[in-house]
Amino acid sequence: MRYLPLSDADRTQMLAAVGAASIDDLFVDVPAPARLSGPVEGLPLHMTEMAVERKLGALAKQNLAAGDAPFFLGAGAYRHHVPASVDHLIQRGEFLTAYTPYQPEIAQGTLQVLFEFQTQVVRLFGCDVANASMYDGSTACWEAIGMARRITRRTKAILSAGLHPHYVAVAQTMAKFTGDTLATAFPTLDGAGDDMARLLGAIDGETSCVVVQNPNILGHIADLGELAEGCHAKGALLIVVVTEPVSLGAIKSPGEMGADIVVGEGQSIGVGLQFGGPYLGLFATRDKYVRQMPGRLCGQTVDADGKRGFVLTLSTREQHIRREKATSNICTNSGLCALAFTIHMTLLGEKGLRELAAINHARASAAADVLAAVPGVELVNKAFFNEFTLRLAKPARPIVRALADRNILAGVPLGRLYADTGLENGLIVAVTETTTEEHVATLASALREQLA
Amino acid sequence: MTINQSGWRPEAPLANGAGEQPTFTGNRALMLEEPLLFELGSTDRTGVDFEEAPAAPNRLAGLERGAINLPGLSEPETVRHYTRLSRQNYAIDLGVFPLGSCTMKHNPRLNERIARLAGFADIHPLQPVSTVQGALAVINLVGEWLCKLTGMPAVAMSPKAGAHGELCGLLAIRAALEARGDARQVILVPESAHGTNPATAAFCGYAVENIPATAEGRVNLDALKARLGPDVAGVMITNPNTCGLFERDMTAISEAVHAVGGLVYCDGANFNAIVGRVRPGDLGIDAMHINLHKTFSTPHGGGGPGAGPVVFSAALAPFAPLPFVEQTGDGAFRLVEEETAEDHHAHSFGRMVAFHGQMGMFTRAAAYMLSHGADGLRQVSGDAVLNANYILRQLEDVLDAPFAASGPCMHEALFSDSGMAPGFTTLDIAKGLIDEGFHPMTVYFPLVVHGAMLVEPTETESKAGLDQFIGALRSVAERGRAGDESLKSAPHFSPRRRLDETAAARSPVLAQRLLADQDD
Repeated sequence: MRYLPLSDADRTQMLAAVGAASIDDLFVDVPAPARLSGPVEGLPLHMTEMAVERKLGALAKQNLAAGDAPFFLGAGAYRHHVPASVDHLIQRGEFLTAYTPYQPEIAQGTLQVLFEFQTQVVRLFGCDVANASMYDGSTACWEAIGMARRITRRTKAILSAGLHPHYVAVAQTMAKFTGDTLATAFPTLDGAGDDMARLLGAIDGETSCVVVQNPNILGHIADLGELAEGCHAKGALLIVVVTEPVSLGAIKSPGEMGADIVVGEGQSIGVGLQFGGPYLGLFATRDKYVRQMPGRLCGQTVDADGKRGFVLTLSTREQHIRREKATSNICTNSGLCALAFTIHMTLLGEKGLRELAAINHARASAAADVLAAVPGVELVNKAFFNEFTLRLAKPARPIVRALADRNILAGVPLGRLYADTGLENGLIVAVTETTTEEHVATLASALREQLA
Repeated sequence: MTINQSGWRPEAPLANGAGEQPTFTGNRALMLEEPLLFELGSTDRTGVDFEEAPAAPNRLAGLERGAINLPGLSEPETVRHYTRLSRQNYAIDLGVFPLGSCTMKHNPRLNERIARLAGFADIHPLQPVSTVQGALAVINLVGEWLCKLTGMPAVAMSPKAGAHGELCGLLAIRAALEARGDARQVILVPESAHGTNPATAAFCGYAVENIPATAEGRVNLDALKARLGPDVAGVMITNPNTCGLFERDMTAISEAVHAVGGLVYCDGANFNAIVGRVRPGDLGIDAMHINLHKTFSTPHGGGGPGAGPVVFSAALAPFAPLPFVEQTGDGAFRLVEEETAEDHHAHSFGRMVAFHGQMGMFTRAAAYMLSHGADGLRQVSGDAVLNANYILRQLEDVLDAPFAASGPCMHEALFSDSGMAPGFTTLDIAKGLIDEGFHPMTVYFPLVVHGAMLVEPTETESKAGLDQFIGALRSVAERGRAGDESLKSAPHFSPRRRLDETAAARSPVLAQRLLADQDD
């Protein structure tokens, strides 16, 4: 019990000071039948540090790490190289073991980081204001739909067929309880563009927002300017979802295209795959909507000596003040992931981000040509960033499983994301700066065998 | 005008409260001023090197990006910038962090090492399940521990934070009620509940009604019973509650709510007070979230990430969210991602997050659970409660302790500012404590006590550390009672003195604007 500093002598002395005969006596308010007399049954007793390392280390070895295999998975989570100094800095105890900055005089480190984070997100997304991080992209997406409902006082949200199906599922779960109506569709493997026409046609006077992902779940990229105009003409908001923020080093920002709210998954920058979490929700909007925005905000101010400083601000929107009238119930967020994002983004700078985006696109584009040359493989996308969809001559899921048995992590089969929709031959392939030409060649030859 | 090393010119002279001499740099020995990234960096500077991009067709469809205006720094500058910023933070690694209801305990570094093993950190959520059996085993292990420790039959691992767990619990309650054709509209929330509770209930479309507290700081059972009826979907109760007290009537509350067909949600944020000693399932609770950082020591990182798994009673288990991990007959693990015809999955209320939850937190919690074991966790709650009672009894002569007479407190001690000289408040005590080198306790919460101060030491503080903290708080409280004016302008020795929060809210500056924007 190495984490407990009290000795038995301390405990005896403190119990005397408290006026109790034993620690058990401090639990008198618990109804007697509910009090346990000893350790909970069915669980092991304490272990040494070395024994814990051995046990959990063995479980870690049962997994195939991305770095140990040719790796092509994306679909909302991407493998990028994170510089060593990012992880080193976030492990500084003053960052790692701090709480939410409720006392700003002794939390300027965290607060200044949040201010830098907000500014980076604003510039990346082409917006005016950003909050200080949310749980992840999918929950940020739902929060954006709720915000559009508050702003427009309308309850019909139109979701693009290209929106990540898990993001759609989260919205559907929540809508069951809030009364929002959601209109959505499945994507098709017949190329880009058709969804845009459907979206434009569906906007009406009841529409609170249109939610569109760029690049979308199949990797397609599109100009959203016309869609933004279509939304605004009918009093609806355009929400743009970005699951791969590295793309914004190459592609025009959603704000420039006319988005009213931009949400995203920040995992790509600084955070790492981590089997799905913790990730980092990004959320930005226009100045005029700031008081309807959920989540924490950090603002600049001055102290009693006139020195610049930072505080959490506009908290009257939040649950600890407005309780049942709050813009959201969100309380804690992903502060440490936001820190990692900010440090990685600082290391990149605009120059590095552009280079990173360029190498991602070039490697993906080259890989698409190699893979599309395999008989039985067809490239679905005309335009994409670092992720594209292949139509295979056979269902993709069994092929992906067979390749996994040979330590090749081949991509995300659409059958894993969409059940019974005729998409089972689709395979989403992501290529980043970590993917080598050898990896691509290995995948191509494995696909050639499987499709022969 | 003093000039910062990097060229940043402060808008006002850098005098400090103690009237000491200003310095050329604005720094004061090891107390270093640090400009914003946007004042230090430039868009042509970077701290990363990349390989050459291969020649390949451009497929960006003419959507190329213009200027982004993201400044960068070289690697040494980056390391120095964020290291300097880190030194402006108080953290549990520096000393007692007695935030009641928030719970800051020691973060073992073993947990960090485990979470960073490539087999956990470098795996994708959509990899074939055959390649992530060890990760699914960890999720299953943490879930099993949570079920056994709470005496509940089922757990949902995916909620990403405590408040997200509340949402999960209420969605399950609503789904269960709707499944029996019972459209109840009201959730009762005691006054002493966390602010997230009413916000969550409202978010799920419920009307929220408050239940008052007794003079002893517990739920008023008579008032609760008087309000119960066929329109009440459930109650959200925090136990141990935010006054630091155990709800003695918990079993009676559960019975009364169940008798009218409602369900009981327990905010389990304070589970660290009872872990290993009391199983919430034995108290009639239907759903409860557990903040892994509070009870199982995952680091809070300046505001998250959290993780808020929810345990369910048998009545609510069928409605639990997707996805979840299941062990099959042959010992392998599978991931259930969609409703299936099998009874125990057919009624799930759906998916709450994109993937499977906070894996990085599960590995840390698993390391902590295994390190302590069932015996250690029992000692954890015992020591946490002993430490809190020690603080309560050592300070009740100088600080008003409104509920001290009602018996032992649990893991946190509640004080108020009554007894201070006129005009001296909780805020002054908190800021005075900063000058003593401590992070203040939680202030102005819970709302049921005027000028509340909620002190939670946790089990990872030594007696010597507590004695020093008690001495410091006693000294500050005595200054407040005596009306020591210097307390009103505290803190004097922190990197910043009192910050103008009103100005920040009146004309918000939420991002560093570009010069071009400022001209608009």
